[in-house]
Amino acid sequence: MTAAKEQLLPVVSDVIADLKHKPGALLPILHEIQNRLGYIPPESVPLIAESLNQSRADIHGVISFYHQFRSTAPGKHTVEVCRAEACQAMGARQLEAHAKASLGVDYHGTTSDNNITLEEVYCLGNCACSPSVRIDDEIVGRVTPEKFDQLVDGLRSQTLEVH
Amino acid sequence: MSTAVTRLFIPRDTTALAMGADRLAREIAAEADKRGETVEIIRNGSRGMFWLEPLIEVETPAGRIAYGPVDSQAIDSLFDQGLLQGETSHPLCQGLTEAIPYLQKQQRLTFARAGITDPVSLDDYQQLDGFNGLKKALQMDGQAIVDEVKASGLRGRGGAAFPTGIKWQTVLDAVSPKQQKYIVCNADEGDSGTFADRMVMEADPYMLIEGMTIAGLAVGADQGYIYLRSEYPVAHQILNEAIDKAEAAGFLGDNILDSGKAFHLEVRLGAKAYICGEETSLLESLEGKRGMVRAKPPLPAIVGLFGQPTIVNNVLSLAAVPYILSKGGQAYADYGMGRSLGTLPFQLAGNIKRGGLIELAFGVTLRELLEEYGGGTFTGRPMRAVQVGGPLCAYLPESQWDTPMDYESFQAVGAALGHGGIVVFDDTVDMSAQARFSMEFCVAESCGKCTPCRIGSTRGVEVIDRIRNDEDREANMELLEDLCETMIYGSLCAMGGMTPFPVQSAVKHFPEDFNQPAQTNGAQS
Ligand SMILES: Cc1cc2nc3c(=O)[nH]c(=O)nc-3n(C[C@H](O)[C@H](O)[C@H](O)COP(=O)(O)O)c2cc1C
Ligand code: SF4
Ligand code: FES
Repeated sequence: MTAAKEQLLPVVSDVIADLKHKPGALLPILHEIQNRLGYIPPESVPLIAESLNQSRADIHGVISFYHQFRSTAPGKHTVEVCRAEACQAMGARQLEAHAKASLGVDYHGTTSDNNITLEEVYCLGNCACSPSVRIDDEIVGRVTPEKFDQLVDGLRSQTLEVH
Repeated sequence: MSTAVTRLFIPRDTTALAMGADRLAREIAAEADKRGETVEIIRNGSRGMFWLEPLIEVETPAGRIAYGPVDSQAIDSLFDQGLLQGETSHPLCQGLTEAIPYLQKQQRLTFARAGITDPVSLDDYQQLDGFNGLKKALQMDGQAIVDEVKASGLRGRGGAAFPTGIKWQTVLDAVSPKQQKYIVCNADEGDSGTFADRMVMEADPYMLIEGMTIAGLAVGADQGYIYLRSEYPVAHQILNEAIDKAEAAGFLGDNILDSGKAFHLEVRLGAKAYICGEETSLLESLEGKRGMVRAKPPLPAIVGLFGQPTIVNNVLSLAAVPYILSKGGQAYADYGMGRSLGTLPFQLAGNIKRGGLIELAFGVTLRELLEEYGGGTFTGRPMRAVQVGGPLCAYLPESQWDTPMDYESFQAVGAALGHGGIVVFDDTVDMSAQARFSMEFCVAESCGKCTPCRIGSTRGVEVIDRIRNDEDREANMELLEDLCETMIYGSLCAMGGMTPFPVQSAVKHFPEDFNQPAQTNGAQS
């Protein structure tokens, strides 16, 4: 994810070539670019626009509509805290406040060591064992502030071993 | 020490994983190895008794014995006390799984296989009635399939409760200029407190594949899409595994079971947008656009995906279809009451002792679910408010908990069943904070097309903040009511049109929370 800009665009071109034949290809293309690069570099917008025969404004409009797509590089890990009702009922508001304070960032912010980006999410489907947090592709339940700190410490020491 | 292979079941469901199932599976395998025992660990779906996750089951001649919730510390003592023989003396032992009252009292039609099978095993699926509905459908013409669905009385499980058979009839009758119709499964499951769609996809994905294929046969569609929320990485993985296997085995593809009929299926991911659960916004998103809601008419059944006739159905609606085709529409209609026929998987969530999935015929009361199944709050404090049906539906005070769970009874008290989610709050809840959140959620998730929704929700947050700060309370309460009315009557879809319902219910049933300065732990963000 620290790849230089010149190395990003060949990846973008590959993804477009692989997926542009699909009906309604734009979301699959954006997802795959973000999967591989961590974000959608603004430089990729003209390439996508050209290959799908759409305007740059169209592509940009889609990227900005969806909460998931980002135009800047995230930290090494993404931590999403669930803000929705079933998690609220089990202390999500306190957990959110704790997450922001202990990481020293607000939502969409990245820690100064570039390790963790904090995001909000509305429901991870783990509502019977809330509050819930997602760390990259792993979902964790019954997250107390103490457990949150342990999870974050785990990310800092590189080994993602939850629970 | 024994030489026989013992079969152990450890779920690969999201909640089981969120409570440590993967790590537990590794540690149990290692412990068995250390003790010289041969075990086969099957990664099943969840039974839906989430308060017991991770729930481990051991196969014995008498049936499967359950242990839960199991954590690392318990592994040693479980082995010592005869886990592999299904000994019942350990404190975590729950006895025979099927005899646990929470499960035993349910009426599982859609979730009949959930947690019993390996979700991606085609053999497991077929041993328990899998693909029987499809085989019957392949012998029927489209109209006969649609008639069977009509006879079941099935109403859409995504929230709007529209009769599924009538929707299918419209698509069957519609003429496609391009000779192309589509089946779209709405797997966006955005409502907090719901996880039944997720459980179908993670515990029994072939049932959804079968239901969609039958829908395709019914209306003459050979392409299906599952629009899945990206917040469900586990379901994504399992669905893709299942689709690959079903294709390889001839249950999907150009020539389904040598019938000469085709059906193709692809999973498409959403990108964190609640509004994309609304069916026309979903179709826009599938077409690669912003998820802006379309005006209806035309109905998606007539002008749907890429302008072609399209069935859009919720996961649970489609998942009910294999049963209906296999056992007959009447068998399904024998469950339920009034115009709410069949079963609904209720989902108990939030501050509840025994959260999980409870599939029952319509008509059970909310209180039975909260007390008999749920066992009260997780925190042990008194229950105060219950939000049923998702973020666009009302909060119910205790005086309404005896309402039977069916579409009409809930409507009669100004509430809705929605997708069957039940979120419980204890007496520490601040209902003005909850009302504020409803408006805040609408600000975050509105597609932006209509002013009452886009701007009204922003004003709603501000007005509730003023009320919470004790500024000109009476005038602002009136303003809030006006705002709610404007949103209800001036919005194109239920996002703006129903956001006021939880707000108004909070004001009506919990007025005391709007009459005093807000607690400091409120919803300010
Ligand atoms: C704001 C909004 C969000 C919705 N979210 C969902 C959803 O997540 N899942 C779903 O199946 N239906 C959702 N719906 C309902 C769909 O628009 C549509 O009624 C449903 O997919 C039809 O399928 P059914 O007839 O099988 O219920 C939502 C509706 C609105 C207005
Ligand atoms: S009510 Fe809201 S979400 Fe629905 S169409 Fe209008 S602006 Fe979009
Ligand atoms: S509300 Fe947080 S996981 Fe569903």
